[in-house]
Amino acid sequence: MKLPYLPNHDDSSFFDFVSTHHPGLTPGGHGVVPADRWAQPESVRSGGPMAVPHATTVLAIKYQQGVVIAGDRRATEGFQIADRRIEKVFKIDEFSAMAIAGAAGPCIEMARLFQTELEHYEKLEGMQLSCEGKANKLGQMVKANLPMVFHGLVVMPLYVGYDLKRAEGRIFKYDLAGGRYEESDYHAIGSGGKDARNTMREYFQKNLSEPDALKLALTALYNAADDDVGTGGPDLVRGIYPTAKFVTAQGIADVADDRIRSVYDSMIAVRRSRET
Amino acid sequence: MPMPYYVSPEQVMQDKAEYAKKGIAKGRSSIAMEYADGILLTADNPSASLHKVSEIYDCIAFAGAGKYSEFENLRKAGIRHADLKGFMYSREDVTGRSLANGYSQSLGTIFSQELKPLEVEILVVQVGVNGQPNEMYRISFDGSIIDERNFAVIGGKSDAVQTVLKEKSSGQAPPLETALSRCVAALEQTANLKLPPEGLEVAVLERHRVGRKFRRLPVADIRLLLSV
Repeated sequence: MKLPYLPNHDDSSFFDFVSTHHPGLTPGGHGVVPADRWAQPESVRSGGPMAVPHATTVLAIKYQQGVVIAGDRRATEGFQIADRRIEKVFKIDEFSAMAIAGAAGPCIEMARLFQTELEHYEKLEGMQLSCEGKANKLGQMVKANLPMVFHGLVVMPLYVGYDLKRAEGRIFKYDLAGGRYEESDYHAIGSGGKDARNTMREYFQKNLSEPDALKLALTALYNAADDDVGTGGPDLVRGIYPTAKFVTAQGIADVADDRIRSVYDSMIAVRRSRET
Repeated sequence: MPMPYYVSPEQVMQDKAEYAKKGIAKGRSSIAMEYADGILLTADNPSASLHKVSEIYDCIAFAGAGKYSEFENLRKAGIRHADLKGFMYSREDVTGRSLANGYSQSLGTIFSQELKPLEVEILVVQVGVNGQPNEMYRISFDGSIIDERNFAVIGGKSDAVQTVLKEKSSGQAPPLETALSRCVAALEQTANLKLPPEGLEVAVLERHRVGRKFRRLPVADIRLLLSV
């Protein structure tokens, strides 16, 4: 049935609908960009491995009740700090969150689009997508963004969800082509991702308690900020701290700033005592 | 050359309207009623999975009566309209009024241009927040749109239900349990049968809820509210 004045409504995906009818609204759908308007990264032209600009560290760690997901707050423009308080961890729906690395604009756009996508599906179908279904859908959206990657507009998500059927938290990472890979324990992405992963590899254990998982996440972010220029550490002067969320069977809970601050205070005290 | 039969437009419209009205009256009724903390939607619906009442957006809900396949299509189109608007602009820019207008335009066009009119009657309700009043729009098969106060009824013997509700209405928004028992009593009286909580579909738009304000009431909650 065609309804005049109201757009087509044949399937349940908001993303597919927007891509077809309003391509300008999707992160990957900015249309064809004239080649001379966008300087391609050197590595693309030479065919070598592509340098992916994604100054960030975001990470996720599984623990007893679910997953903790955390990220730093720094946004950069070349060698300048563009923003000290940017949020890189987004609540997507009641049981999932996503953290992003890459070009800020398209990243935030994709998070919003993904939020709308899941809510849209839930309302149309009368039930939520499964955790796996959500992860796959996000993969398709990353894949659709592939043309923009060649212009340097990378969107790289880290997705965590609480799977109500399996009663466990799950972590998914992606590649630029939309490939989706599940991580069993922890993962970090962004320019400081490797440094954060090193810390987590040292100290990760199965079935961590909530305070331990939070402490490990914040320590990993601190160490990443220590070694990576693109990652911001805790800003004690301005009182800006990384953000974190717990994803559990009870839903998503933001970790209060005070709690993160107290973890950092004690950690910094320990490190300072080592120096004397 | 044989001449086609002439039928006056008046006659065509009348026939279509009669046809649509007959289809709508065959079903059961649904009621939207303002209560102290929002809007209550009650439908006489024995099915637990085929919904007559649904969420559209943060503050907006939908109720349909008549042919299921047809109002289901309208519901989906409405959700798409709302989500697109919310994504393009912002969540607060999605309004019940613009949605009701879209429905009215669509139904009106279909009624006058298609051979078969849609056999549906729908409600678009929006709970008011930050001191704004509630909005309730009843839209008929021919696209006519009516701005309702206190309560609105669609489908089945809607006139009879409306009369019963009018008698009981006190003009002031009642608490939730009173509103629900009034709606159920009106539905029972006009349908001439006892409606068990399992045979009801009940949902509310709660003004003080954060974010999405639509909530379906499970059977246990309905039973509890009716026993007060």
